Amino acid sequence: MKVLVAVKRVVDFNVKVRVKADGTGVETANVKMSMNPFDEIGVEEAVRLKEGGKATEVIAVSLGPTQCQETIRTALAMGADRGIHVQTDVELQPLAVAKLLKAVVDKEQPQLCILGKQAIDDDANQTGQMLAALLSWSQATFASKLVINGDGTANVTREVDGGLETIQAKLPLVMTTDLRLNEPRYASLPNIMKAKKKPIEQLTPEALGVDPAPRLKTLKVVEPPKRKAGVKVKSVAELVDKLRNEAKVI
Amino acid sequence: MTNLVLVEHDNAAVKSATLHVLAAAQKIGGEIHLLVAGQNCRAVADEAAKIAGVSKVLLADDAAYANRLAENTAKLIVALAPNYSHVLAATTATGKNVMPRAAALLDVQQISDISGVESADTFVRTIYAGNALATVQSADTVKVITVRPTAFEAVAATGGSAAVEAVSAAGETGLASFVGQELSKSERPELTSARIVISGGRGMQSGENFHMLDKVADKLGAAVGASRAAVDAGFVPNEYQVGQTGKIVAPELYIAVGISGAIQHLAGMKDSKVIVAINKDEDAPIFQVADYGLVADLFQAVPELEQALSK
Ligand SMILES: Cc1cc2nc3c(=O)[nH]c(=O)nc-3n(C[C@H](O)[C@H](O)[C@H](O)COP(=O)(O)OP(=O)(O)OC[C@H]3O[C@@H](n4cnc5c(N)ncnc54)[C@H](O)[C@@H]3O)c2cc1C
Ligand SMILES: Nc1ncnc2c1ncn2[C@@H]1O[C@H](COP(=O)(O)O)[C@@H](O)[C@H]1O
Repeated sequence: MKVLVAVKRVVDFNVKVRVKADGTGVETANVKMSMNPFDEIGVEEAVRLKEGGKATEVIAVSLGPTQCQETIRTALAMGADRGIHVQTDVELQPLAVAKLLKAVVDKEQPQLCILGKQAIDDDANQTGQMLAALLSWSQATFASKLVINGDGTANVTREVDGGLETIQAKLPLVMTTDLRLNEPRYASLPNIMKAKKKPIEQLTPEALGVDPAPRLKTLKVVEPPKRKAGVKVKSVAELVDKLRNEAKVI
Repeated sequence: MTNLVLVEHDNAAVKSATLHVLAAAQKIGGEIHLLVAGQNCRAVADEAAKIAGVSKVLLADDAAYANRLAENTAKLIVALAPNYSHVLAATTATGKNVMPRAAALLDVQQISDISGVESADTFVRTIYAGNALATVQSADTVKVITVRPTAFEAVAATGGSAAVEAVSAAGETGLASFVGQELSKSERPELTSARIVISGGRGMQSGENFHMLDKVADKLGAAVGASRAAVDAGFVPNEYQVGQTGKIVAPELYIAVGISGAIQHLAGMKDSKVIVAINKDEDAPIFQVADYGLVADLFQAVPELEQALSK
């Protein structure tokens, strides 16, 4: 079974993001970029499937500018076998990403695609569901456990609002990762060196026959309103008094 | 212009999130229809028909929708969508699972988790863990939207008298089936709709210690939440997580105990009306958003708080 993992290059989760003064977006120049954390979990799951004998090959795919290759290298260092980079400088929205990934899936014919549940930059939470729709595949979102059964199905436990839910889905399957699926490994130095020799194929939206133009127009991006600084209270008694008599919330 | 709103329910009752989505639909304007997709859920449709401002309830009662599997539910929405200008659902586990699938089948770029409506085609949503607000405009013929419930005041649950119309099921895709669920049972209010929330973080040190928060919650009629760190450590289950990638809450009062205030946590609670932080580190970032900060050891402060509330 081939496994395809989507890895997005995003502003690192530790960076204090700043809105650009002209209101067109957020500052990304000279900002630390990393693999979307949910995609690290995706790569880890795929590599574990390979180590467990369930997967034969793990392909890491990233879409976007040239620097996405660094994100692919990270996936290769974690244990993915090869990479595919769909090169474009166009702003990619989830529907376009799903269409491009579908074109890659049509070429590669994996049995399982693993995506993150959410990219921490656009916070869209869409791409995996859209990819499954375009492929007419089953989908298992927000996964915290994956079991590949011998009969062409998989059981996936999903994190839902009230707790956990388990579904059985037919392969081929699109799965999106949630935080509790696994704890991603750090790439070791020897594996980082080895990753440099692994192949990365270059593709373009044109070659894949997909128009990646954005559908949503961003009119402006602004900073959210700031909360006013509050006060420090000295004791629990003072706190309860303030909540009762000043804020009147209890 | 007519809006279709996917009703959030458990085959027995309408979930309050839907009332908030309706407020967003009213801001968009036009008629509002509701879709109840489930199994043996006539009671839900009858309840939905009473919601203020609704002109029609579509009821798809079929085994294919018993557990609102995305494959089947999206197919139903796609069949109905041509009659509508907007299709909306709450940003809940179900809304997030189903709506993008429907959007892709309609060749529409969904607008996720809106917190504002500027006009029928222009919406506000947060990006980068709430660090920025984007105003986006859609030119798609049908707008597929998920709505952040806490950003809109609920409409009245009663006062309407819409007709309930049965719609035929769109068919079972056979792609996936429901195996089971482990839902936590609690007498307390739901996290996302509670008037007061008390959350614990890594500072709680164990699941056992969360019982201290339970006691305070019982006194206040509050729900109990947690940071990611507390969930990852196994102190409490996943559905407690508040934050960018957990639940978004905006209660009247939010009490953060032993939580440092990482941006990913703030993204889920900083629209609360009043925020209290109890933390032993006076430099913890949570104090920058807290209306009332108490620098103290939680193991002393929380039992004291429970005592004080009894008085
Ligand atoms: C992709 C991604 C998604 C994420 N999503 C979320 C999310 O949705 N929600 C979320 O919460 N986090 C999320 N995080 C994690 C986030 O970055 C922080 O790691 C997390 O919020 C920290 O949790 P915490 O405040 O409980 O722990 P810590 O940061 O370890 O803070 C513990 C606090 O407890 C205090 N403390 C310790 N002992 C005591 C005591 N005895 N008395 C009083 N105070 C005490 C300490 O001073 C400290 O401030 C996400 C991270 C990533 C990368
Ligand atoms: N440009 C991209 N390159 C690779 N994967 C992507 C890209 N955009 C989105 N994805 C995948 O889709 C997931 C969800 O993204 P989103 O729907 O934007 O929240 C991410 O975690 C990735 O796995």
